[in-house]
Amino acid sequence: MRALPVGDRALLIEVGTGEEAEALHAELLRRRATGDLSATEIVPAARTVLLDGLDAPSRLAERLVSWDIPPVPPRAEQVVEIPVRYDGPDLPDVAAHWGVDEAEVVRAHAGAEYRVAFCGFAPGFGYLTGLPREVPRRATPRTSVPAGSVALAGPYTGVYPRASPGGWQLIGTTDAVLWDPARVPAALLAPGTRVRFTPLETP
Amino acid sequence: MTDDALVVVRAGALTTVQDRGRPGHAHLGVPRSGALDAPAAALVNRLVGNSPDAAVLETTLNGCSVRPRSAVVVAVGGAPGPVTVDGRPAPWGAPVRVPGGALLDIGPARSGVRGYLAVAGGVAVEPVLGSRSTDLLSGLGPPPLTDGTVLPLGRPCRPHARVDVVPHPAPPSELVLRVTLGPRDDWFTDTALRTLTRHPYAVSSASNRIGLRTEGPALERSRPGELPSEGMVLGAVQVPPDGRPVVFLADHPTTGGYPVIAVVHPADLPGAAQATPGTPVRFVAVRHRR
Repeated sequence: MRALPVGDRALLIEVGTGEEAEALHAELLRRRATGDLSATEIVPAARTVLLDGLDAPSRLAERLVSWDIPPVPPRAEQVVEIPVRYDGPDLPDVAAHWGVDEAEVVRAHAGAEYRVAFCGFAPGFGYLTGLPREVPRRATPRTSVPAGSVALAGPYTGVYPRASPGGWQLIGTTDAVLWDPARVPAALLAPGTRVRFTPLETP
Repeated sequence: MTDDALVVVRAGALTTVQDRGRPGHAHLGVPRSGALDAPAAALVNRLVGNSPDAAVLETTLNGCSVRPRSAVVVAVGGAPGPVTVDGRPAPWGAPVRVPGGALLDIGPARSGVRGYLAVAGGVAVEPVLGSRSTDLLSGLGPPPLTDGTVLPLGRPCRPHARVDVVPHPAPPSELVLRVTLGPRDDWFTDTALRTLTRHPYAVSSASNRIGLRTEGPALERSRPGELPSEGMVLGAVQVPPDGRPVVFLADHPTTGGYPVIAVVHPADLPGAAQATPGTPVRFVAVRHRR
């Protein structure tokens, strides 16, 4: 674990793996809840957690290294189920990358359980880990990906909360509302949330 | 509709509703947003007796015109420029009473970029996640104003300030940005680090509320490959593949995949909000506060 200073009020804590980043994120949230840590933002990402709004980053950096960080605890909370029509335009390409047929891509994607490792890109866009195999981004990003597109890139799967440009491989669509500022909570998927995709009949 | 409203007659190049932003949601991919020149927004709020959290209008370069439906007290600050009420000159940087139905015009900025208009009671659009700010990156909050937009106003709560003149920093003729190196300065060559802090850059016309883009020598990376996505702070100096540093402003993305070579001192960011395209930029390295 390495704590890198970011300006005068933030620390970027770098760990070795995505699992360690998730475990560190859970530990940081626990410590903030108990009052042991004061931070405005705790932002998990692929291999790091950013802490912003710290009063004494260098003191925290010294303390951090001695922490014992348990693996991500099993969660009692329910798994969020996202119904998917596997009708995405890139389904054949993903099948070709994996050397399987399209039905097997659907089985693999819907058969796994995922966890939101981190969010970014757009409000409510979660990077979900748990994909059984990786797949490259598209060589040329699309200028507009429709809202509700279920997509893959690298080790991640995710759902576009709103129409935006994007380079991920589109394998399906969902009617689930990923982001609604009028709802509490606004984001369907927050870091740590467990997720399953359930196939709907394609017409 | 109630009379406590402002009709937008001329929206200008880009006029948005801004308050102090929506911190605390970066982990959900929600930018902080908020007024780019926060001290100017706070000042106009103080002048009309608003709380510092009240929403104001942020204009860009050529101001805007509004018509209140009933009499209001307003204050204009930020980038200095002409202010008129029904064509008659009115003071800049001081409380001004505008009769109901009169046209308040904020003209083009004489210097600087972003003007601020506070109305007693504040702009009372519906908050999203605790803020009324327009977030251009993710589309949260009210969309940028268009001609004909009607903005609801809150009830004035305190008497406005009594002032003759207010101090304000002049928009910079040269933008000096103090930076602390890191967190990814080790992704760049020693030459790149020297170039950043010794070579003058210039504000690019491609700058916006997301980032202050610069023109100047490209910063060369010492290692190839991709940086996995990581959290970004306000003032982060990110270096995209073209090598030209971008200073992240209020609507910056919450995570990003290009290395951050340095972070700008927060006190220097209001100046970045007012620096016109072409303004020389100097990055001055300072040590981390211990």
